[in-house]
Amino acid sequence: MTGRTPLGRVGGKALHVFVLAFFTIALAFPFFWMVIASFKQNGDLYTVENNPFLFNLPPTLDHLRFLFGQTRFVRWLGNTALVGAIVVAITLLLSVPAAYALTRLTGRWGQRLGIGIFLTYLIPPTLLFIPLSRVVAILGLQDSIFALVLVYPSMTIPFSIWLLMGFFKSIPRELEDAAMVDGLTRFGAFIRMVVPISISGILTVVIFSFTLVTQEFVYALTFISPESNQMIGVGIPIFLVRGDVYYWGALMAACLIASLPIAILYNSFLDRFIAGFTVGSVK
Amino acid sequence: MTAVGRQRWLGPAMFLPSVLYIAVLIGVPFVLAILYAFSDARIGTTGIHLVGLENFRSILHSPSFHKAIRNSIVFTLSAQVIVIVCSNILSVALEKPFRGRGFIRFLILLPWVAPVSLGTIGWKWILDSIYSVFSWVLITAHMVKPYAAPMWLGEPHLAMASVVLVHCWRLIPFSTVIMLAGRSAIPKEIPEAAAIDGAGFWRTFFQIRIPIMAPILSVAVLFGIIFTFTDMTVVYILTAGGPFDSTQTLPSLAFATGIQGSDLAAGAAISLFLVPVLVAVAYLMLRVAHRAEVV
Amino acid sequence: MAVVETRNLTKVFKQGELGAVNDVNLVTREGEFLVFLGPSGSGKTTLLRMIAGLETPTSGEILIGGKVVNNLSPRDRRIAMVFQSYALYPHLSVYNNIAFPLKAQKVPKELHRQKVEWAAGLLGIGRLLERKPRELSGGERQRVALARAIVREPAVFLLDEPLSNLDAKLRTAAREELEQFQQRVATTTIYVTHDQVEAMAMGDRVVVMNFGSVRQIGTPAEVYDDPADTFVATFLGSPPMNLVEVGDVIVGFRPEHFFPVAQLAGRAAMPEDLRAVDREGPYFPLSFRVSHEEYLGAERILYGHLEGGRFHQKKAVSRLSSTHAARFESGSVYAFAVTEQRLKFFDREKGVRVPPVLDILRKP
Repeated sequence: MTGRTPLGRVGGKALHVFVLAFFTIALAFPFFWMVIASFKQNGDLYTVENNPFLFNLPPTLDHLRFLFGQTRFVRWLGNTALVGAIVVAITLLLSVPAAYALTRLTGRWGQRLGIGIFLTYLIPPTLLFIPLSRVVAILGLQDSIFALVLVYPSMTIPFSIWLLMGFFKSIPRELEDAAMVDGLTRFGAFIRMVVPISISGILTVVIFSFTLVTQEFVYALTFISPESNQMIGVGIPIFLVRGDVYYWGALMAACLIASLPIAILYNSFLDRFIAGFTVGSVK
Repeated sequence: MTAVGRQRWLGPAMFLPSVLYIAVLIGVPFVLAILYAFSDARIGTTGIHLVGLENFRSILHSPSFHKAIRNSIVFTLSAQVIVIVCSNILSVALEKPFRGRGFIRFLILLPWVAPVSLGTIGWKWILDSIYSVFSWVLITAHMVKPYAAPMWLGEPHLAMASVVLVHCWRLIPFSTVIMLAGRSAIPKEIPEAAAIDGAGFWRTFFQIRIPIMAPILSVAVLFGIIFTFTDMTVVYILTAGGPFDSTQTLPSLAFATGIQGSDLAAGAAISLFLVPVLVAVAYLMLRVAHRAEVV
Repeated sequence: MAVVETRNLTKVFKQGELGAVNDVNLVTREGEFLVFLGPSGSGKTTLLRMIAGLETPTSGEILIGGKVVNNLSPRDRRIAMVFQSYALYPHLSVYNNIAFPLKAQKVPKELHRQKVEWAAGLLGIGRLLERKPRELSGGERQRVALARAIVREPAVFLLDEPLSNLDAKLRTAAREELEQFQQRVATTTIYVTHDQVEAMAMGDRVVVMNFGSVRQIGTPAEVYDDPADTFVATFLGSPPMNLVEVGDVIVGFRPEHFFPVAQLAGRAAMPEDLRAVDREGPYFPLSFRVSHEEYLGAERILYGHLEGGRFHQKKAVSRLSSTHAARFESGSVYAFAVTEQRLKFFDREKGVRVPPVLDILRKP
């Protein structure tokens, strides 16, 4: 739009750059800091007088060596990946048919039930973890990653159903009608027609469920005590420590290694999540 | 239509597993939480007895509990206010395309997409009482004496500010992205019409954009409240509730009491105080969704 | 009320590519209804938006009321605009929609009600003041948009295809209302459309545009009867003007000026066949093989090919009133003619209008 003097326009642009720079630095700084700490020698890291922004001693791979060689880091990665994979499978198996049924096969009250399911997403782990800890103990799953495999889908399924309902709603009914006219049953049409078309929505559910598993803290902390059975979300902040002293170098490296892939994955599917959050809220 | 009618069992068959799963793993524990709150359940014992309002009486007398409630409310509200202001500013800055916007967006999103605990522990290093980079900057700028740097996580007020800071840091990306979606949903011609009608930047912002974005704003705010109010991870990792319970919140106190202190019943009772807020938020969300659908 | 003028106005969106608007020079007349007409992509909307201040020109000047307004924001230009989608504020009542410009321009509060009611009265929407936009029909929304535009008593009205969102039936009624409205307020109005019927019906003058350039500015009669080039000639009029390449020129004649003289298939020439010929002067005969006919109620459209000489196998269309009773068989050849006066000649390369070259036609 016109209407600004050249000075006004330059000033506006400068403000724009300043705002962006300020927030980008403020938000991304901790990760930049993780990078630096990961490669700084301990002598450098723990010397208060040194300028923390510079490598006063040459960078080192010691922390990485320590992390991979002498901690359970790799084990935690494995645990997380395993739990993630199984939870994703369970989530897909249960939420895809459910979302379809609630969209297509149930009419009015199906929509209501969908909203009700979504609302359970609002019940936080910090409310349920205490009774669940008992349930887990009773089932003999205490300290096992399978406790998490059991409980996590209760968090992933509600939101996934909500996401997929929005997605299925946008697929025209005629597609399935045509398939049924051609001889498929309703379920057959679902498997052969709807699911293949919905791949991007399903992928979104996969990413979302997996990142939720990696992000989770409360249940993992509550149900699992032994170090070797822990997930990365809990293992890193809790176990990379001797007594009261943190292994900051290795800790930061671990955070970085664990965060970045997840961040990249999540980022690529972000727009779909937003659609899930805002479905129906915006005209 | 008859073919579908004959398969009336298909629909329920497809969604019942999910509904059952949720009922068993959310519904049942929820009921149990209420039950425990009125019992004497502890870690290590198997039986439980009902004890009436005993747990509530004792926690209501506990100073930690009062601090926790106060903190939960204060942290949530202050974080939310800061987040709303910042995400509005940031979403305006990110709205128009520019070179490198995708990369900037990735960087800005990092606090939200990285696991909570890992981002928090990163902050713990930044706020360390001896090695904090903030301290180093202040000392080098001669604003504080060497070795006399602030105890970011050790002094009660600073610790509270730190917790709020980390929550804001996590939430701003989330809010900004939702705000961007809201802004882009405003038909382009409406702010243009406002400009022609004579409205300047601020009038357009407050009288036109915000009201139109109201439903989506509400969604962002409500989720933000939930995320902050029910979170225990940030507090647990950053300060473990200290110093002297000054950063304790309802969820973190529930954890400390119930799991670390083995008093499941008291822990459950504390966590039940989350419910009123959750119900209020759920109700408001339904209102927003309902109004949006009618529109 | 003011005159809008553009001088060498250009807008380039992408460096190196053809501009959306190229070197446009025009001057409106006080109180006139000026139409920007052109296909999509012709730059007419971009031109309008530059006049409104919603786009910054790459070069050139815009003047409103004699003052250069390039550096003025939209609100300082004393213009009002009606958008294609009407852009009503969905969260405000009709009353507050109309009052919004008054608030924004800090008109004293006591005057608001009086002005809003005046504007609403002018458009007959007084009873809708408490409603919200989503409760209104398309036609009502247009009226609210107009009321909001008029309430500030602007110097210039800008309208961006306001009728294109209405369905066909509504469009004619809304068009009439718009015309009456404009006459009542007598404000200089610029109206953008791609619909040449609208342009001809509503405009005092029409600015015909294509690829960002102005092809012709003139009254509806001027652009229709005296087109400046082949683009204008074919854009106005439906079915479009017949264009036939002959040597170095293109010969054009409108379907309604292409009429049957007699049938070679046996029937003698009837008086009505020659009626137009007598009044307008000598006519140029053409043989026309009819391939098919469309009966449109009030009109008949004949499609086919010309035969003979330099016109052989060139497509042509004829448009007859239905009162014309003659029957035409598909595949038969008939004697048609065009009054020589009605023939238009265009340069073959650029399509620009050139003086008549009748000898060309007479060569074998």
